[in-house]
Amino acid sequence: MNISEQWLREWVNPDTDTEGLAHQLTMAGLEVDSIEPVAGEFSKVVIGKVLSAEPHPDADKLTLCQVDAGTGDTLQIICGAANARKDMKAAVALVGARLPGGVKIGAAKIRGVRSQGMLCSARELGLGDEHEGVLDLDPSAPVGECFREWMKLDDHVIKFDLTPNRGDCFCVAGVARDVAAINRLPLNEPEINDVPAQSKIVFPVDVIAKDACPSFSSRVVSGIRPDARTPMWMCEKLRRSGLRPIHPVVDVTNFVMLELGQPLHAFDLDIVQGGIRVRYAEKNEKLTLLDGRIVSLDTDVVLVADHQRPLAIAGIMGGENSGVTEQTRNVLFEAAYWSPMALAGRARRFGLHTDASLRFERGVDPWLQQKAIQRATALLIDIAGGEAGPLSTERSDKHMPAREPVRLRVQRIDRVLGMEMAPDEVADILRALGMSLDETEGGWMVTPPGHRFDISIEEDLIEEVARIYGYDRIPETPPTTVMHMPKVTEGKVAESRIRSALVERGYQEAMTYSFISADLDRQFAGDGDQAELINPISEELAVMRRSLWPGLLEALRNNLSRQQERVRLFEIGMRYYSQKTDFKEINTLSIAISGSRLPEQWGSAAEPVDLFDIKSDLEAVLRPTGNLSSLNYRAEENPVLCPGQSARVLLDDEPIGWLGALHPQIVQQMGIDRDAWLFEVDIDAAFTAKIPEFKGISRYPSIRRDISILVPESVSIAEIRETVRLAAGELLSELLIFDIYRGTGVDSGLKSVALGLILQEYSRTLTDIDGDAVIQAVVGKLQKSHQAKLRE
Amino acid sequence: MTDLEQLKTTAEQEIAASDSVRALDEVRVRLLGKKGELTRQLKQLGQLPADQRPAAGQQINLAKKILADLIDTRREQLESADLHSRLIAEAVDVTQPARGEQPGGLHPVTRTMQRIEAIFSGAGFAVHTGPEIENDEYNFGALNFPDDHPARAMHDTFYLEGGMLLRTHTSPVQIRAMQAHGTPIKLIAPGRVYRCDSDQTHTPMFHQVEGLLVDQGISFANLKAVLHDFVERFFERKVRLRFRPSYFPFTEPSAEVDIEWQNGGWLEILGCGMVHPQVLKNVGVDPEKYTGYAFGMGVERLAMLRYGVDDLRMFFENDLRFLRQFN
Repeated sequence: MNISEQWLREWVNPDTDTEGLAHQLTMAGLEVDSIEPVAGEFSKVVIGKVLSAEPHPDADKLTLCQVDAGTGDTLQIICGAANARKDMKAAVALVGARLPGGVKIGAAKIRGVRSQGMLCSARELGLGDEHEGVLDLDPSAPVGECFREWMKLDDHVIKFDLTPNRGDCFCVAGVARDVAAINRLPLNEPEINDVPAQSKIVFPVDVIAKDACPSFSSRVVSGIRPDARTPMWMCEKLRRSGLRPIHPVVDVTNFVMLELGQPLHAFDLDIVQGGIRVRYAEKNEKLTLLDGRIVSLDTDVVLVADHQRPLAIAGIMGGENSGVTEQTRNVLFEAAYWSPMALAGRARRFGLHTDASLRFERGVDPWLQQKAIQRATALLIDIAGGEAGPLSTERSDKHMPAREPVRLRVQRIDRVLGMEMAPDEVADILRALGMSLDETEGGWMVTPPGHRFDISIEEDLIEEVARIYGYDRIPETPPTTVMHMPKVTEGKVAESRIRSALVERGYQEAMTYSFISADLDRQFAGDGDQAELINPISEELAVMRRSLWPGLLEALRNNLSRQQERVRLFEIGMRYYSQKTDFKEINTLSIAISGSRLPEQWGSAAEPVDLFDIKSDLEAVLRPTGNLSSLNYRAEENPVLCPGQSARVLLDDEPIGWLGALHPQIVQQMGIDRDAWLFEVDIDAAFTAKIPEFKGISRYPSIRRDISILVPESVSIAEIRETVRLAAGELLSELLIFDIYRGTGVDSGLKSVALGLILQEYSRTLTDIDGDAVIQAVVGKLQKSHQAKLRE
Repeated sequence: MTDLEQLKTTAEQEIAASDSVRALDEVRVRLLGKKGELTRQLKQLGQLPADQRPAAGQQINLAKKILADLIDTRREQLESADLHSRLIAEAVDVTQPARGEQPGGLHPVTRTMQRIEAIFSGAGFAVHTGPEIENDEYNFGALNFPDDHPARAMHDTFYLEGGMLLRTHTSPVQIRAMQAHGTPIKLIAPGRVYRCDSDQTHTPMFHQVEGLLVDQGISFANLKAVLHDFVERFFERKVRLRFRPSYFPFTEPSAEVDIEWQNGGWLEILGCGMVHPQVLKNVGVDPEKYTGYAFGMGVERLAMLRYGVDDLRMFFENDLRFLRQFN
């Protein structure tokens, strides 16, 4: 919403400068986005009259103008614009003038002919983008006068960001009402007189959809001059509000909308057939819009139609072929009150967002239509002549929105705002906002004015009081509330601890988008339960991820390509699954790493990461759960992991995640170009923590027995450990795997595994006999279960 | 001077002059060894008259002890000097780089979120979370967004099948928490939120922290105090705040909060207001008895201000050169 400061000050002129006015507006909830001058900086530009315009003797496209600029001499000015003509009034930059952008006007010779100044276009003076021709001023413009002063260009455009509740401020009157209330100043409304009917022409109107259209006013103005031009002052007000002049009739309707907030529509009376019907559309009824699109309508869309066809989508946009044109002589003005509910969402459905829909959706004063038509009629007759017919209004009182009185209690204001407000001041503020008050016990019954659609409960009134009083004058009072001890869950490892563990191990936390490409997601998580977005931003961000790996791997790749040699990333976030009518989110920890085991350093040769490094990282993260003894790994294939280097992570035999090397084909497909290692675990499943339970410490020394065995490759370390644990029984307090060897001295197909058994009893010192017995049992069991041989 | 005294003086000089443990050992053997000078003198005691023996013996033993002590002291000196020179010879270059892993770091959004959580937790706000895939009722309806209301258009929403959507703010957690725990309630709700918007100043995903306090006697003046306090804790300096009237369907009165920045301009940092009575009614809380405030802030926005980041999109590009600046 753009508004001209001057225009606003015509309505109410507080004693403050532009900045001060903007501050007032912002602090009253009408947020000022920017303040811009309406014209560029320029000097020595005056109004001139073109006395003659002849073609330049040596250039086809140039015109040789003799100009009276009130300087006493006739100036010869060469002009490149096609519209320069005899008797035209134009903005003349005299020799010595400075124009926006540092342009200096000097006397010049153009193609051998002297030129003593310049006729200016709008763009050259910073008055907009128009550069088609020179400014064509009103014939009444006084020759020799300062252009800037005559055009009142020392003005600003104030741009607002209006909140959706303040539809009433999409006009000068609305903003002025708030300014007047803030400053407790009267409103200098322009005088809007009823224009008496000069003809008897009435166009029949039949409002069928009364619920959608409780009030419909119309008026015929016949016999306007088709050559009439919109006056400069109106063009300027439109321009400063962000609208272009189009046609006097359209300009008048736009002007009234900007001034009073009532959108109007004007039809060419000679095109409309029979009479107006305001009705709901028929199913699939078609209408060609002003923008040329043909839309198919539904039965909840309200139309302004004639007896033959629809003319406009009510309150949103007119149709083609019924609007005014250069030829229009007879006009039918229409101003209606459309119920916001009847319009809600309709404009969006057609991809439309118009000045009218913006206002009607938020609510236009239901008692404003007649005044708006009076104003439009007077302005149009002033500009283009013509005779007004009688103003006619179809109103259904039953459907008019009621402005119910709202109760406001002084004590409630105090409670909500946390300060005491003088009842007189409250009443004063509300009256200044146009509310009517009836005093009651401890407060008032307050009836909001017609233009306010956002006052229906007590808090709405409290906000009104507070914003005019000034939010900045409300004190800051620390609250005194009951203290509640926080819940501190020990049975779960905090995410912050998971993060710290990884950070200490060299990981950098990443954050990737929750949505990824459907193909990539399918590749990582298979078919089936993918959650698709109906309106994604792009194909790359089309489905909710079912793995964090794709995002992390993309980040990994991008970093590798930025000359990072060693990348270790982790992310904590949701995976999302579609389950028929519902969705499931699983909080997940994922990592992706590539590069050497340690940062490049002097003490150790660069060794590539392998599976056991990320296992170590995973176990470091899981250690605070106290559940590591229940953690297991099962070799299992995964389509994105390297066969043979891929494992399910199990906790108490339940799968909680995956771990492994990225499949070389995906390495290539994703352009990673380097081995990458990954794990992904479900946080809720993995990070349940055991509360520690104290056990007594043995006072007796432990003994250690080492054995070395040869077993077939097919026997896993996990199996060996399990067998040893069962065979050794309760005496085994710790089991170490301190060497695994393949190669010289060990037959192929076998591996040598060195085990260290640490044995301890709580109540006595163990003897060699105890140790021998355990080793015998262990070796026997290993031989039996795994064809293990004791190495000498 | 007796022989013994002569011997002692010479010996003392020899001990002091020994410049190695080995040289000192030689002196010790010569004086105190089995065949040493003093041992020899002791052996010769028998040659003295019996009445002189005890005194002479005592003198020799005394000299022996003095010399032995001198030798020990000298030995310690020499050994310590030896050790020192050996250690010096083995000296390392203390400026050589440290060994091992170098820690990584947290994402700046996490870092910021943890700060926000720490500040509010200290004031007794509990951290609550909720689903990111929400239904229309929690994201809009219960928060007093009427159907088709223009306020909804301010939230460019991502939709999924079955009328579900990606939450556009963490405010639905308010509703869920009040339904589950009733009043009084005091919480913050951090998390990911989504808007269907992507350009230089918008990413389709970002983070919010929502705050809610509902109790008896809670006022707008309390809200002002709490947020001012928070902002000054967060930026660790005095900050001027400006509360401006605004509009959110779920608060009334509503405000946006600007802070005064170094350049003297005002920057919007959060939205807030008194919980709308309809929202309280929607979760079965009596607005005549309870009042409350709610606020919501963008985590990326706060991180940008705190750390001087000038491009929102950096947060999700995961460029190590960016991320490592927060380690």
